[in-house]
Amino acid sequence: MNNLNNLTAKQAREGLKEKKFSSLELTKACLERIKKTDNKLNSFVTVGEEEAFENARRSDNLISGKEDKPLLGIPIAVKDNFSTKGIRTTASSKVLDNYIPPFDSTVVRKLKEAGAVIIGKTNMDAWAHGSSTETSDYGTTKNPWNTQRLPGGSSGGSAAAVAADQCVVAIGSETAGSIRQPASWCGVVGLKPTYGRVSRYGVVAMGSSLDSPGPITKTVEDSSLILKVLAGKDDLDATTSPLPAGDYTESLMANIKNLKIGVSSEYFIEGIDKEVESAIKKAIKKLEGLGARIENIKLFDPNYAIDVYTIIQRSEVSSNLARYDAIRYGFGRDRFGDEAKRRIMLGTYALSSGYYDQYYKKAQKVRTIIIDDFKKAFDKVDVIVAPTSPSLALPIGASKESTMFGELSDVLVEPSSIAGLSGINIPVGFSRSNLPIGMQIIGPQFAEEIVLQTAFTYEQETLSEAWRNLKPKL
Amino acid sequence: MKYESVIGLEVHVELKTKSKMFCGCSVDYFGKEPNTLTCPVCLGLPGALPYPNKKAIEWCIKLGLSLNCEIPLSSKFDRKNYFYPDLPKGYQISQYDEPFCRNGSVKLSSGKKIGIRRVHMEEDTGKLTHTTIDGEKATLIDFNRSGVPLVEIVTEPDFRTSEEVIEYLKKLQQLVRHLSISNADMEKGDMRLEPNISLRKAGLKVLPKYKVEVKNINSFKFVEKAIDYELKRQEEILEKGETPAQETRGFVEESSSTVSQRTKEEASDYRYFPEPDIPPFVWKKEYIDKLKVELPELPDEKTVRLSETYSLPFVSAATIVRDPNLDKIFEETARIGQGSFGIAPIDTANAIINRRVNIENKNPNEIAEQISSARVKSQISDKELTRIIEKVLATNKKALEDFQKGKEEAIMFLIGQVLKETKGKATADKVKASLLAKIK
Repeated sequence: MNNLNNLTAKQAREGLKEKKFSSLELTKACLERIKKTDNKLNSFVTVGEEEAFENARRSDNLISGKEDKPLLGIPIAVKDNFSTKGIRTTASSKVLDNYIPPFDSTVVRKLKEAGAVIIGKTNMDAWAHGSSTETSDYGTTKNPWNTQRLPGGSSGGSAAAVAADQCVVAIGSETAGSIRQPASWCGVVGLKPTYGRVSRYGVVAMGSSLDSPGPITKTVEDSSLILKVLAGKDDLDATTSPLPAGDYTESLMANIKNLKIGVSSEYFIEGIDKEVESAIKKAIKKLEGLGARIENIKLFDPNYAIDVYTIIQRSEVSSNLARYDAIRYGFGRDRFGDEAKRRIMLGTYALSSGYYDQYYKKAQKVRTIIIDDFKKAFDKVDVIVAPTSPSLALPIGASKESTMFGELSDVLVEPSSIAGLSGINIPVGFSRSNLPIGMQIIGPQFAEEIVLQTAFTYEQETLSEAWRNLKPKL
Repeated sequence: MKYESVIGLEVHVELKTKSKMFCGCSVDYFGKEPNTLTCPVCLGLPGALPYPNKKAIEWCIKLGLSLNCEIPLSSKFDRKNYFYPDLPKGYQISQYDEPFCRNGSVKLSSGKKIGIRRVHMEEDTGKLTHTTIDGEKATLIDFNRSGVPLVEIVTEPDFRTSEEVIEYLKKLQQLVRHLSISNADMEKGDMRLEPNISLRKAGLKVLPKYKVEVKNINSFKFVEKAIDYELKRQEEILEKGETPAQETRGFVEESSSTVSQRTKEEASDYRYFPEPDIPPFVWKKEYIDKLKVELPELPDEKTVRLSETYSLPFVSAATIVRDPNLDKIFEETARIGQGSFGIAPIDTANAIINRRVNIENKNPNEIAEQISSARVKSQISDKELTRIIEKVLATNKKALEDFQKGKEEAIMFLIGQVLKETKGKATADKVKASLLAKIK
């Protein structure tokens, strides 16, 4: 069979079960695709070929023995900030250039238990500091749709790998936009679960009160399949919720009749790309046509979130990066890039005696106000729909001119991140320049089911649209 | 007295829970091979997260309740950021402005109350060893101790003398042992203390403008020496019209003195902020009430009860309570002794306190029997005893002469001879007394 690597997780699972192909063939197809295309894309920091083949063979044996696991034999790429036992984990920083964790992050453990084959570690902004992958110490990842463009970030490697069919599914993590924004720029599905829905254990910490691991996939259905594997209370992460996880695949159905969808004019900010604006407005019309009720709601100007996010995230970063003090991990602090140094300095300043109340404490108060603002909105509507990014994928080098690049390009995803909400990016079409446009659907905390359902409905209704057949030319 | 001393204490107590504060590793690190009781969490590896030990928090609150503290219904952990090689995360998880327990007190025997400012929970650090390897100076890190639960008890600056400090420390040690939450062994580092010492003009009520913290004190005896040395040193400086420096000093055992370790130009900036990896705690009042009910009888209460129930002098009751195992032995033995052998509880108490009976590996019944038979032994009549003593002295003239010449050990020989003659009917104490009366 040709191009097995193009398959979705659902298709791959069915094909494997019916023995149309083996996990080894599927894994080989992905690794060959990586070999063929990664010199152009640079999606991966580390590819674990031997281990992947070994696990694929093991999966095939299990499949022969009629074993059934949700991800058995499916090749998955994991962002390089997830600890992988025995596989180098750098978070794209040369400080950790030769760090090999002795343990698996909970997400990786769960993927392995579900039978997944980990094929490699994807590139990202160093320490997840950024929205471009341009801060990676291992080079910038390119957007598969136009290699002169950025993939977004920080999970840029994961989004590019999925868009370019280098893997079936990838895992990313979002602190404020790092799943949804690259998914938008690369034209794939990116789910940011509620904070506390998926364990952070073993994920190199960035903004500890914000980090949310989640799937980047080719379809909404795959997204629900992966979330079902990952979601739930973890006895190694005290911030995971005891609320039982949903059965996200069972609850997935294409029906949003009478669903109340909120649209806020504040999210069509000044300077938004006109093509993005019209594509999202068209998508909203389509949702209305499917039976949803569109309500105009008022939300805070998303720009407020930038200040709050900057203070909280920098403060937490300054503390989280303290452990790389040159005593362990082999390398010194001189290996921190400019962005990490900027964040450490700003965060250290914000937490200093005398400034704590003025910055960190105040930011937490505004954070509470933003959370309340969303709560009020969700009293009126079930989900909120908005553009994911105000722009199309920007050219390589764009982040270098702006030290606040990430915050600005993530302005539309930051408010829901600091409120710890659930959200998803789904592709809704392309620009004339052939770059993907993404729409986000934001739900209340722990409302992944309704978010996925809304996304699934839209996706199913637009499957026959011509742009769905486009593939990146690499 | 021209000056009044102002002393406060910070005491760290390591809890003997099964597992560490934030991971499943054993806390039993004493004498273990370095870095064998570790995991990603207590090594602070990238991505590892703390998961709080419920038992340790419960014990911390119980200690707070025993120290008459208020238990706020909300509390949280904070990060205390500082760099040190024994601190693998670059921050210590501690508590800053919302400790588990606050505003308690301890009553000294004089009736004076020492205020407890706060009792909070934190994690211990690793241990550094400075050594030479292949001719090169090296520092080794052992993370076995990293993450062991540590309770910090901070008093108000209410102490005026080193005696008060020592009485408080002994009470605290006794308390944590009674609660079975720590061995509180100073030598092993289970209990560590840091006094803050300063002087003010007698009659003043404001706190002095400086304070001196003394570290490296690993026994009660040394606390006294360190405090007394400091008070004298500071008085001399004040006498010269100067103000002692605000600093941390280390106690030096050999010279019983203190030396400057580091001067605090200003308070360290630990950049405290709420630990985002651990959600804040909100207790239900019923939970705190339940912990209160679960508290064992505390040493002070127990002393009063033993004294009243068994008509013991307060000092005897206190002595029995001081030893965490003795009170149970005493109560059981007193009950059996009184019931089956007609021994008054005071006699049981004295026998146990003065170790006139062997209580090692003996059950209360056996101990009561011992006390009873000891009483029988001394039933020998004075007349009979005098007869035997005279006989022994007559047949051991050499020993008698030796003793009279000043050879003290000769008396032991004579006592042994008399005991042999009495065939175990007299006690050694009694024989010694009678013998001395006879020959002196």
